[in-house]
Amino acid sequence: MLKDIGKNMNNFKQNLLKKRYNAERRFQWYGKIAIGLALSFLAVFMFQIFSKGYSAFQKTWIVTEVHYDKELLLIDAENPSKDDLENADYYDVAYKAMTSLDPGLPEEEDRQLIQMVSYKYETEVKDLLLKNPDFLGKIVPIKLTASDDVDQVHKGNYPRDIPEKNRRVNDYQLQIYDMLNERGDILSEFNISFFTSPDSREAELAGIASSFMGTVFSILVCLAFSFPVAVLAAIYLEEFAPKNKFTDFIEVNINNLAAVPSIVFGLLGLGVLLAVFNLPRSTPLVGGITLSLMTLPTIIIAARASLKAVPPSIREAALAMGASNMQTTMHHTVPLSMPGTLSGTIIGLAQALGETAPLILIGMVAFVNTIPGTPVDPAASLPVQIYIWSESAERGFVEKVSACIMVLLAFLILMNLAAQIVRHKFEKKWS
Amino acid sequence: MNLILVTFIVLLAFTSYYFGRKKALVIQSSQRLTALPKFYGYYLAAWCAAPALIIFILWSVFEPSIVKTFILQDYTDQNLTKNELQLIYTKVKALALGNYSGNITNFLDASADKYIQLKGIANSAKVAIILAILIFSLSYAYRSVQKNDRMREPVEIFLKWVLFVASLGAVLVTIGIIFSLLFEAIRFFQAVKFFDFIFGTHWYPAKTFVRDGQPDPELMKDAFGAVPLFAGTFFIAFIAMCVAIPIGLLSGIYLSEYAGRGVRKYAKPIIEILAGIPTVVYGFFAALTVGPFVKEIGNAMGLEVSAESALAAGAVMGVMIIPFISSLSDDVITAVPQNLRDGSYAMGATKSETVKKVIFPAALPGIVGSILLAVSRAVGETMIVVMASGLAANLTMNPLESTSTITAQIVVILIGDQQFGDPKTQSAFALGISLFIVTLFLNVIALSVVKRYREKYE
Amino acid sequence: MSKIKAENVNVYYGSKQALFDVSIDIAEKEVTALIGPSGCGKSTFLRCLNRMNDVIEICRVEGSIKMDNLELNSRKLDVVRLRENVGMVFQKPNPFPKTIYENVAYGPTIHGIAQSKEEMDQIVETSLKKAALWNEVKDRLDEIGTGLSGGQQQRLCIARAISVSPEVILMDEPCSALDPIATAQIEELIDDLKKEVTIVIVTHSMSQAARVSQKTGFFHLGKLIEFGPTDKIFKNPDNQQTQDYITGRFG
Ligand SMILES: Nc1ncnc2c1ncn2[C@@H]1O[C@H](COP(=O)(O)OP(=O)(O)OP(=O)(O)O)[C@@H](O)[C@H]1O
Ligand SMILES: [Mg+2]
Repeated sequence: MLKDIGKNMNNFKQNLLKKRYNAERRFQWYGKIAIGLALSFLAVFMFQIFSKGYSAFQKTWIVTEVHYDKELLLIDAENPSKDDLENADYYDVAYKAMTSLDPGLPEEEDRQLIQMVSYKYETEVKDLLLKNPDFLGKIVPIKLTASDDVDQVHKGNYPRDIPEKNRRVNDYQLQIYDMLNERGDILSEFNISFFTSPDSREAELAGIASSFMGTVFSILVCLAFSFPVAVLAAIYLEEFAPKNKFTDFIEVNINNLAAVPSIVFGLLGLGVLLAVFNLPRSTPLVGGITLSLMTLPTIIIAARASLKAVPPSIREAALAMGASNMQTTMHHTVPLSMPGTLSGTIIGLAQALGETAPLILIGMVAFVNTIPGTPVDPAASLPVQIYIWSESAERGFVEKVSACIMVLLAFLILMNLAAQIVRHKFEKKWS
Repeated sequence: MNLILVTFIVLLAFTSYYFGRKKALVIQSSQRLTALPKFYGYYLAAWCAAPALIIFILWSVFEPSIVKTFILQDYTDQNLTKNELQLIYTKVKALALGNYSGNITNFLDASADKYIQLKGIANSAKVAIILAILIFSLSYAYRSVQKNDRMREPVEIFLKWVLFVASLGAVLVTIGIIFSLLFEAIRFFQAVKFFDFIFGTHWYPAKTFVRDGQPDPELMKDAFGAVPLFAGTFFIAFIAMCVAIPIGLLSGIYLSEYAGRGVRKYAKPIIEILAGIPTVVYGFFAALTVGPFVKEIGNAMGLEVSAESALAAGAVMGVMIIPFISSLSDDVITAVPQNLRDGSYAMGATKSETVKKVIFPAALPGIVGSILLAVSRAVGETMIVVMASGLAANLTMNPLESTSTITAQIVVILIGDQQFGDPKTQSAFALGISLFIVTLFLNVIALSVVKRYREKYE
Repeated sequence: MSKIKAENVNVYYGSKQALFDVSIDIAEKEVTALIGPSGCGKSTFLRCLNRMNDVIEICRVEGSIKMDNLELNSRKLDVVRLRENVGMVFQKPNPFPKTIYENVAYGPTIHGIAQSKEEMDQIVETSLKKAALWNEVKDRLDEIGTGLSGGQQQRLCIARAISVSPEVILMDEPCSALDPIATAQIEELIDDLKKEVTIVIVTHSMSQAARVSQKTGFFHLGKLIEFGPTDKIFKNPDNQQTQDYITGRFG
């Protein structure tokens, strides 16, 4: 133990000192616990998303045999053309392909088998023949997209031990599934269609292509509208604005605008862009403009900060060379501030990317089962897609939502990395 | 048509830029230039593009409403309401554009013809006026170039005006927000009494839904009482702050006062990831994981818990807000001058005593400011409550029951097809303006508190 | 009698050495002045005496500093108790943003010196009286301390320092932010205080050192060049550098 320093050390003070040190340790623990809690929220969160979502990147197929019987297809021609194949009737062929899995099943129970594959299975049967016309008349193996219930059973996300009446997959279907699985006729493959298909009401067919394109278009529109205006405004405020009441007002305005809830911008989009300017509803064009209004103050603030960071010596040097104020700004200050501005812009766009509420208000929640090709086609966006899917009751959508979240987060991480890289270059220049 | 016109103006501007520069080189052979040759180009290009484009934009903005007035003039004697007129106009337009499916009356047909005619006149007038302006402004500018007037100053003044107009953008957005909200909200308050809205305790707008004609005023009176929403909003925000303030503040303090450089370097950005996650993701998390979890725990303790409890939504919102409070308070605490810390340490205070008795009081204004900003965020947060809290407005102070908020109701009302002119739709704007006022109030106070705090220690 | 005895003290800020082998003997109930050009390490040395260098992450102190034969530069030492007994007054007045009363009561409160409200009032009053501030502030003890004038603030900081009756008070250029009248008041105060406490004062003013101190140490580039009675240092220094500095020929 340490020796006593100086005078006036009594019992009371000794106890007090002990208490003070305990309080100190306790306080440190509070801090550590708080940080630990914050970090563990993040960890739990990520774990939940990943454990729920990774299976969406797998797609389940049921393998069966299809007999492209000319008679059932109602094809008369000796050498059928592409058109003949196109217009043939695939209903019976597809139906037979599924029912052949259990020939003993009475006809009125067939539906149970058909329900095990996606409702688009007829198209899949057709597409295979269109791709391989020589299959006509032959019996060939075919992969059919499993229904989302079978898909979930196969991925183990669906409890099998609950009473049959509470289950969407009945005992008979489970029995067929087990049989197929044993035979190796249930396949799991990387789910390309998740990335290439538009939204669908059926979980097993739904993909993010439509909402992804919606997001891309919205962000591009947002960039096109907010970046030029914001940069010009920042240049004015930082380099040319006189110090007066009006400039102060603009400044206060920008700061407050940055803290206005996003949903208010949605109301603005609805009340002005849709109702007054009659822009097309549900489109990335309107969505992007709405987001750009929201992003504007963020970019202005970032651009001003990086203009401010340009050392005055550079300005003075240019002015001393006889350059006008405008020339100094445009030739020296603005180019030097660009990396900071760009990185702020990317961060602003990343925020806009995650916005949902304003897009819902301007109608980007409409169900879209085509991939938008231009900013004026109706579309959803990734966050809105998350919202739409999470409102669906089907189990298959849970993993889709989580997977969609993973894609969205990956997108955000990429953008933030890009911002970091741009800013890094910027820092190098000044030190 | 418009596209061609704009392209033409832009191309002409480019051409005049090159022309102006060439002209400058010609002038150079006989007299001294007043500026670099390219300024001659800029000068011409600016005079070419700016007036024409301004007129073009103004024309495009006002043309539709003028055409509309002309068309609807024929209907003034029919005593129609605004909505009916709007409907007629939509029909006329659709008919004129050839995508109308409905029964066509003679009257409608005539109007459609008139519409096409008017549009035609307007279009040719537009082209003619813009061409005239182009010729006029270009010839004026060309004369100045020929006279070798000062070139740089006008170009720079023009640029400065462009910059100034851009800086008005933010003001325009604010004005846009206020007007779009006010416009609909005022119409709402024509149908529903202001005090019924502000002090009413029943929010049940679906009740007022009537297919045709006016809704029953008695029903209206009791359907738009916003008190349950205000209460729900602040209740959920309160729960969120109960989670976010202790955790955020303590982590902020730990990061700024205790953590070594290594911990700080990694922990801070990682915690800030929480703020970067889109709120819809939190909403999903709250609805799917936290809500049922809270319910299960509550049920295990024998409590009645809703799966959409205010507690679940509030707690998740709190997690989202942690980084705001932690990094803002970290900044604020770091701004407290070192000499106060030194003063306290030199008196023999421990670190926690210094934090609690000197730094915290000194940083309090800044911390209060950041908490207010966080509250304003919680109040305006939408997706978490839309997805995880109830959709029925429920006046309750029980965190285990479900309740709704201003933002959630706005979404519920406006999702899907809206009918403008319906009090239910307008009520969303009334809610929007309440939200705007509340958050603006919080922000203004918070920003001024923080600003004054910063100035104190600068 | 020697109160503090430093031997071969070396201080490093990261890889940069700020003090080189400083050895000094500070006598009890005397005023010791440390002088020297800017950046020579006076503050650094002063801060070793109450371990304030602990606050600076990159700072490392080597060597031995003993107070009443207790090693100060030891891991086992309780800095809280050390600082209770070694007070400090800084260059820039740094009252806490609290009331005048709370500023003075801060030390006694955290160290549990006063057992009752009356006792605390007594301590506050005595400290303020000793700091020659009582008459000016006795009617506004609950005003914020930062609202006082610079000189008053510095005397408040002195009152704060003496409120826990330390044995040693360290002063780092306590008058550099003050006008001549306030400076004179503080010098008078130092004269009074030295009856009870040992004072070490860093100053840039030769005349101040000459007026208030009994011993003077001259630092240059991190080394203690000369140390001795103030009279001798100022009238007849052994070292040429000291001579030059005192007569204003460099620094
Ligand atoms: N916190 C620090 N980090 C790094 N180096 C420091 C730090 N504090 C002081 N130094 C360095 O240590 C040396 C001595 O500094 P010190 O403050 O002790 O000088 P001083 O004699 O008090 O000067 P002044 O009269 O200007 O107060 C200087 O070279 C200074 O640069
Ligand atoms: Mg010093």
